Amino acid sequence: MHPAFSVIFLTTLIGVGQGLFLALVTGQVYSLANLLQPQDSVRFYAQGSLLALLFLVAGLVASVFHLGRPERAWRAAARWRTSWLSREVIVLPLFMALVALYGGLHWLGWTEPWFQVKGVIPVDATLVVGVLGALAAFALFGCTAMIYASLKFIEEWHSPFTLVNFTLFGIASGFMLAAAFSAWSGTDLVAFYGTWAVIFTLAAGVGRLLSLRRNARLQHKSDLQSAIGVRHNRIEQKAQGFMGGAFNTREFFHGRPAAVVKGVRLFFLVAVFVLPPLLLGASHWLASPWLPMAAFVMQYLGLVAERWYFFAEARHPQNLYYQSMA
Amino acid sequence: MEDPAARSDRAQGRVEVRNTTCYMCACRCGIRVTLRDGEVRHIEGNPDHPHNQGVICAKGASGIMKQYSPARLTKPLLRKEGAERGSSEFEEISWERAFEIMEERLGRIRREDPKRFALFTGRDQMQALTGLFAKQFGTPNYAAHGGFCSVNMAAGLIYTIGGSFWEFGGPDLDRAKLFVMIGTAEDHDSNPLKIAISKFKRRGGRFISINPVRTGYSAIADEWVPIKPGTDGALLLAIIHELINTGLYDRDFLVQYTNAAELVIDDPGREDHGLFKRVEMHVEEGCFDPQNKLWWDRELNIAMGTHTPGCDPRLLGEFELEDGTPVKPAFQLLKERVEDYTPEWAEGITGIPADTIRRLAHEMGVTARDQKIELPIQWTDCWDNDHDTVTGNPVAFHAMRGLAAHSNGFQAIRALGILMTLLGTIDRPGGFRHKAPFPRPIPPCPKPPKGPEDVQPETPLNGMPLGWPASPDDLFVDEVGEPVRIDKAFSWEYPLSVHGLMHNAITNAWRGDPYRIDTLMLFMANMAWNSAMNTGEIRRMLTDRDENGEYRIPFLIVCDAFASETVAFADLVLPDTTYLERHDVMSLLDRPISEYSGPVDSVRIPVVEPTGECKPFQEVLIELGSRLKLPAFVDEEGNRKFRDYPDFIVNYETSPGSGIGFLAGWRGKGGEKFLKGEPNPRQWEMYARNNCVFHYELPRSYQYMRNWNRGYLEWARAHGMTRYAEPITLHLYSEVLQKFRLAAQGKWPGKQPPERLRKRVEQYFDPLPFYHETLESRLVDTQAYPLNALTQRPMAMYHSWDSQNAWLRQIHTHNYLFVNPRTGRASGFEDGDWIWVESPHGKVRCMARFSNAVEPGTVWTWNAIGKAAGAWGLSPRANESQKGFLLNHLISEELPPCESGEHLSNSDPVTGQAAWFDVRVRLYKAGDDEPATSWPQFEPQRPLPGQTFRKPRWQAYVAGRFGRIFRRNR
Amino acid sequence: MTQLALVIDLNVCVGCHACVTSCKEWQTSGWAGPLTDVRPYDKDPSGTFFNRVQTFEVGEFPNTETVHFPKSCLHCEEPPCVPVCPTGASYKREEDGIVLVDYDKCIGCKYCSWACPYGARELDEKQKVMKKCTLCVDRIYDESLPESERKPACVLACPTSARLFGDVHDPDSEVSVAIRENGGYQLMPEWGTRPANHYLPRRKTRIQIFEDELVRADNPLRKEAPLPAAEGDTLDDVAF
Ligand SMILES: Nc1nc2c(c(=O)[nH]1)N[C@H]1C(S)=C(S)[C@@H](COP(=O)(O)OP(=O)(O)OC[C@H]3O[C@@H](n4cnc5c(=O)[nH]c(N)nc54)[C@H](O)[C@@H]3O)O[C@H]1N2
Ligand SMILES: Nc1nc2c(c(=O)[nH]1)N[C@H]1C(S)=C(S)[C@@H](COP(=O)(O)OP(=O)(O)OC[C@H]3O[C@@H](n4cnc5c(=O)[nH]c(N)nc54)[C@H](O)[C@@H]3O)O[C@H]1N2
Ligand code: SF4
Ligand code: SF4
Ligand code: SF4
Ligand code: SF4
Ligand code: SF4
Ligand SMILES: [Mo]
Repeated sequence: MHPAFSVIFLTTLIGVGQGLFLALVTGQVYSLANLLQPQDSVRFYAQGSLLALLFLVAGLVASVFHLGRPERAWRAAARWRTSWLSREVIVLPLFMALVALYGGLHWLGWTEPWFQVKGVIPVDATLVVGVLGALAAFALFGCTAMIYASLKFIEEWHSPFTLVNFTLFGIASGFMLAAAFSAWSGTDLVAFYGTWAVIFTLAAGVGRLLSLRRNARLQHKSDLQSAIGVRHNRIEQKAQGFMGGAFNTREFFHGRPAAVVKGVRLFFLVAVFVLPPLLLGASHWLASPWLPMAAFVMQYLGLVAERWYFFAEARHPQNLYYQSMA
Repeated sequence: MEDPAARSDRAQGRVEVRNTTCYMCACRCGIRVTLRDGEVRHIEGNPDHPHNQGVICAKGASGIMKQYSPARLTKPLLRKEGAERGSSEFEEISWERAFEIMEERLGRIRREDPKRFALFTGRDQMQALTGLFAKQFGTPNYAAHGGFCSVNMAAGLIYTIGGSFWEFGGPDLDRAKLFVMIGTAEDHDSNPLKIAISKFKRRGGRFISINPVRTGYSAIADEWVPIKPGTDGALLLAIIHELINTGLYDRDFLVQYTNAAELVIDDPGREDHGLFKRVEMHVEEGCFDPQNKLWWDRELNIAMGTHTPGCDPRLLGEFELEDGTPVKPAFQLLKERVEDYTPEWAEGITGIPADTIRRLAHEMGVTARDQKIELPIQWTDCWDNDHDTVTGNPVAFHAMRGLAAHSNGFQAIRALGILMTLLGTIDRPGGFRHKAPFPRPIPPCPKPPKGPEDVQPETPLNGMPLGWPASPDDLFVDEVGEPVRIDKAFSWEYPLSVHGLMHNAITNAWRGDPYRIDTLMLFMANMAWNSAMNTGEIRRMLTDRDENGEYRIPFLIVCDAFASETVAFADLVLPDTTYLERHDVMSLLDRPISEYSGPVDSVRIPVVEPTGECKPFQEVLIELGSRLKLPAFVDEEGNRKFRDYPDFIVNYETSPGSGIGFLAGWRGKGGEKFLKGEPNPRQWEMYARNNCVFHYELPRSYQYMRNWNRGYLEWARAHGMTRYAEPITLHLYSEVLQKFRLAAQGKWPGKQPPERLRKRVEQYFDPLPFYHETLESRLVDTQAYPLNALTQRPMAMYHSWDSQNAWLRQIHTHNYLFVNPRTGRASGFEDGDWIWVESPHGKVRCMARFSNAVEPGTVWTWNAIGKAAGAWGLSPRANESQKGFLLNHLISEELPPCESGEHLSNSDPVTGQAAWFDVRVRLYKAGDDEPATSWPQFEPQRPLPGQTFRKPRWQAYVAGRFGRIFRRNR
Repeated sequence: MTQLALVIDLNVCVGCHACVTSCKEWQTSGWAGPLTDVRPYDKDPSGTFFNRVQTFEVGEFPNTETVHFPKSCLHCEEPPCVPVCPTGASYKREEDGIVLVDYDKCIGCKYCSWACPYGARELDEKQKVMKKCTLCVDRIYDESLPESERKPACVLACPTSARLFGDVHDPDSEVSVAIRENGGYQLMPEWGTRPANHYLPRRKTRIQIFEDELVRADNPLRKEAPLPAAEGDTLDDVAF
């Protein structure tokens, strides 16, 4: 497939936003359970939510570039019964609203507990919204991933790995951002978020390596024999019907040499899974607020490359019809 | 959106529907053009047209993009004072000025020496008019594309069976059981052929294609027989060998309808050696092939007049006549000729296994013999035998330029004609069928002029510019046997060059051999590109100057509809209309679209207004003819006779009161006559009302066996289609060729060849078909140039003229050289690499595409996709010029010097057919440091004044809105 | 239920592209038009077409088959392109099974094109909406056309009549008969899309010639054999 930057940014940016939100909620739950120091509502949760929202909005903006007719984007909610894209289009704003609400409640300081669970955990409005938001975040991971995973003939994508990877990448990068955010805001959660970020990153790494292995071994169901219905093991295309390119050759091919694709893979493996944990580790020793930020930036760049590779790696069966011209 | 199922297209805008005839190619299908608000909405095949029966092709359906092409010429143009020819610097002039220039110049030439005006026309369809103009002007220097196209096909078969493939006849696929197609990629009758092949296959017919390449039609053949180019003669002769040796020939057919049993004098010492023994008999004046010959009767063992009732002649044997003359039946001579042409011999030459050759022969012979067709149609032959049925042997052939475009093509095509004859398949159901006005006498009657005295100032040419020599005395040569025509047609170099040698016109005129000319007029011919051999040099010749600083070809007039490569070289450019903008006729005087069932002619009637100042060339000729006072165009007082072209078409008669004109339909005062009859002032209307086509269906009994069908022949004579009603005996043995050979041997009382050509004429004018290597292969080092390079017609492009078509050019934007992977790897490159293709005459750089559908000794490309930068309204960066290439740069228009002369055309020595497909090449990988563009490149051609040149980033055609979209976009 | 479709006979398709440009021509000014061309007179011209003809080579020289292969939207019975469309712009008509795009609803998200395994959809570069073969829905019901012309433009154009049009659910239709009798098949059956369009494979005709057919009594060579001349004595010479 042709890696479209709009989609690459959409999926990676909202993933970060989702992950960051999940990190905030996790932090809040931890502190409610007295496992962490409580944080300042405004400075940490409200600003953190704003940051998450910024990423989500940026993702939304990027997505607009993907649409031929963005002015009609509202129509996209129509087919939620059948279309994962439609569902994403519904869940994304819903999630964003919850994030905004969550941040807003924190900002307004509406943290009066409504009731206590088991007598120890005070439940306030922010927690309720936070949990709902977390559910929405997971739903959104599901929708986004299913857009790809549900296309059964794009076999690189049609696997649980897609779901797992999208989710773990989002969470890992979100926690990474949370760590960076903590470092930036001077809160004491760098180690907490950093640890989880490393754990999620490593989990995502395992998932991605497994999916890479799966895809490398993939036996595609379709071949030229089934594509044109001729039984012979030596079929070669000579002409595809046009020579100056068409939608079919632009949308479904990355058009880069194999070396570039391999290079991108190496880059994202290092940038996503190796360098950020190292940087975080180093920050632990060096206590520099810049290193977690560098770790996030590095991981995000790696994720962009990963998403590029995700598209480039996917071989659409239509490509069987577009291999040679004359 | 509105409900598409409830929408009617005809409710959108102001809709008009008009019939006319397509000219996106020479197939000439009937089309229906729908206009919306005056713009072309769509063009579809006319379902009521006999030719294409409603279907259309890729080109035809893209007519819109031709009509509104940015390459259109819209203004008459004159090369700017002082501007170099070829630099595309023109000023717009008025038509009046253009006519003044031509009138002055041509008038002077006609008064001084008419042959200094040369008119050559390319892929046009109005040779009847252009030929008439040339003849009236008095110049012999006229020809159309035939000589560089397929004259071998025309001459080879017409001199053998009185008709031919190409536009003169074809395979009867409705009834054939076996169809053998040789060397055909697309051909002129492309839509009818496609219709027929598909019906044939659906009926379960067997289809074999003999071709070095498997594409297009060959793709759907049941069997593909890959052959080495230029060797079909060997294959056909080996098949003939096998058929004769196994007795798989139609003996009755040979006896009755061919000269197989006729006795040939067999005494090399005699002056009349190799001629038929003729006896005293009444012979109609002017008849070339009278019936005064002999058979050898089997029973009585004596010679008898041919067709003597009750006589069953021998086909084999040698006999002595009463006067002691040793004679042999022609068939005996044929048998002797093919004795050594065994399938094993042919295998070594053609690359086709001997077993395959034998099997092919058996399939043909057995199918012809055992699957006889009998139709309940009564007819009477020329010898008064009544037949209750028409029978046929259902083996049909079709062949085109794969045979024709080689310098040994004439003899190979003779062999094909003889093969079809042996199988008994001429004008019979399931075999070859003629199309009116064929069959014609062998050879047809029109003759070229006979010498320089036939060209006189202010006088029409004495003879036809093109004709059919029947003996050396018909050649158009001076007293020392040298040519009178600029292209040397009808000279001893190419005696039967019945369509001229347009491909040598520019070189000869440039060299001044045989003389220099003043004005060259090109109509619808892209001679500075794809119809030139040696294109780079030809382009140089067009701009070359003599010692006095004058252009060696002083004045060049080009009439074209588009900014072709040739237009850039013009001194005067005449912008033509498109086929949708003009009246036109596809006349029986020319090459009509006749059906097997009878003559058909058709017309074009304008469906849109001419663009800009475009003027139909037809009108230009009528106007010029009137201004120059050419007799056919003016009355006795010298006043203009015809208002315009439509008026000319209605009122012109071949001679006063002949009743024969350009159109055969609805003649007579009220349109009640056909073929012959007085002019009908409402003829155009009647064509318009009848789908622009006139189809005269012959009575069934006249539809077959027309060479010998008394009823048909008399009908044809009565209706002015032929001059004689004599039977047209098939020339298994060609006495015509033997006469030229005798002349070369010094045994002919009349014209004799110059010394240097004696051997050549003697060798190639063999009365029986023989195989020889192509001339090029004989003269170049075939070890150093081991491969044959070919071109093929792409179905979705017409020659050079469709690159201006936004839709078609997306299908063929540039071209590759197709190479068998074995050949490519052996030459050191891979699929997709840039390579050099080098012939002894030049080289080109292009991209290679590996293909298993080509014989390893052959490389090929689609014809004329490569373009000169900037031509055809395209950006100079367009793929056509940057990645596309033209094979013509590799092909020489002249042979390397040899014992027969220095400047012989690279053509068949009998007919002057351009030998496009003889070229030999070698391949090697281009250097990695070389630019990834094709070579040679030429200075980009600049847009011309009046050319609606636009380079939109995008375009979205919607009829009725096109103009607006463009304006917004500019 | 009706399912209209094309059946393409590879046995007679010569790859002429008539169906390609006649489709473009009809559609560009029709309901589903315009079909934009990009860089029409420049480098790498490109454009929207609903139908393309491709060429494949099967086998190795000299046993090569050249297969011309026209491809347009197959109007799948289980069209994966339809449910994925978030706007409902892509839809399959109940009444005849034609899969269409409503340009007024389409947001140009291209998701449907990803969901089509056949590469049958093209985003129009200028209008930025998804386009594809409409099975000439604006022709086949147009009652102002004569009955015989209420067929897709490509079907009417095809010189070899390699394109049949009709209802594949009606067992007696020309298309169903052709599929049944000539081994009609679907593309990429492995995805369960159940394309309505079918393809008919190459069919070969061969001739078998037996040895004895070459040596028959009616062989004309027998007529040419010289009459056996009497040599030496015969009974006529010696017997009474
Ligand atoms: N679409 C389209 N149609 C056209 C034209 C066009 O440009 N485009 N041009 C028109 C014109 S002017 C003409 S003359 C006709 C020509 O019609 P065709 O005769 O069909 O023309 P070519 O494409 O030259 O085809 C020649 C074929 O002969 C094969 N061949 C070459 N050498 C040999 C050989 O030695 N032996 C055998 N057996 N085969 C050989 C080639 O591979 C090729 O398939 O087409 C007409 N129709
Ligand atoms: N290498 C190679 N070269 C070949 C061949 C080959 O097989 N291989 N084939 C040869 C053959 S068979 C032929 S017939 C020739 C054809 O050669 P040409 O006759 O030279 O070729 P065309 O490209 O048809 O171009 C004729 C010109 O007619 C113009 N034209 C088109 N429509 C009109 C119109 O309505 N009015 C006017 N006035 N002009 C118009 C076009 O713009 C073009 O400039 O090519 C020959 N060249
Ligand atoms: S075959 Fe030639 S005449 Fe017929 S529709 Fe096509 S372009 Fe027109
Ligand atoms: S029009 Fe017919 S023969 Fe031509 S490519 Fe299309 S399907 Fe094949
Ligand atoms: S071919 Fe593709 S676009 Fe057409 S219905 Fe099937 S899946 Fe949809
Ligand atoms: S591109 Fe248009 S038709 Fe396709 S899925 Fe998106 S909205 Fe639907
Ligand atoms: S059915 Fe209509 S839209 Fe579809 S390919 Fe044929 S002509 Fe084009
Ligand atoms: Mo030609």
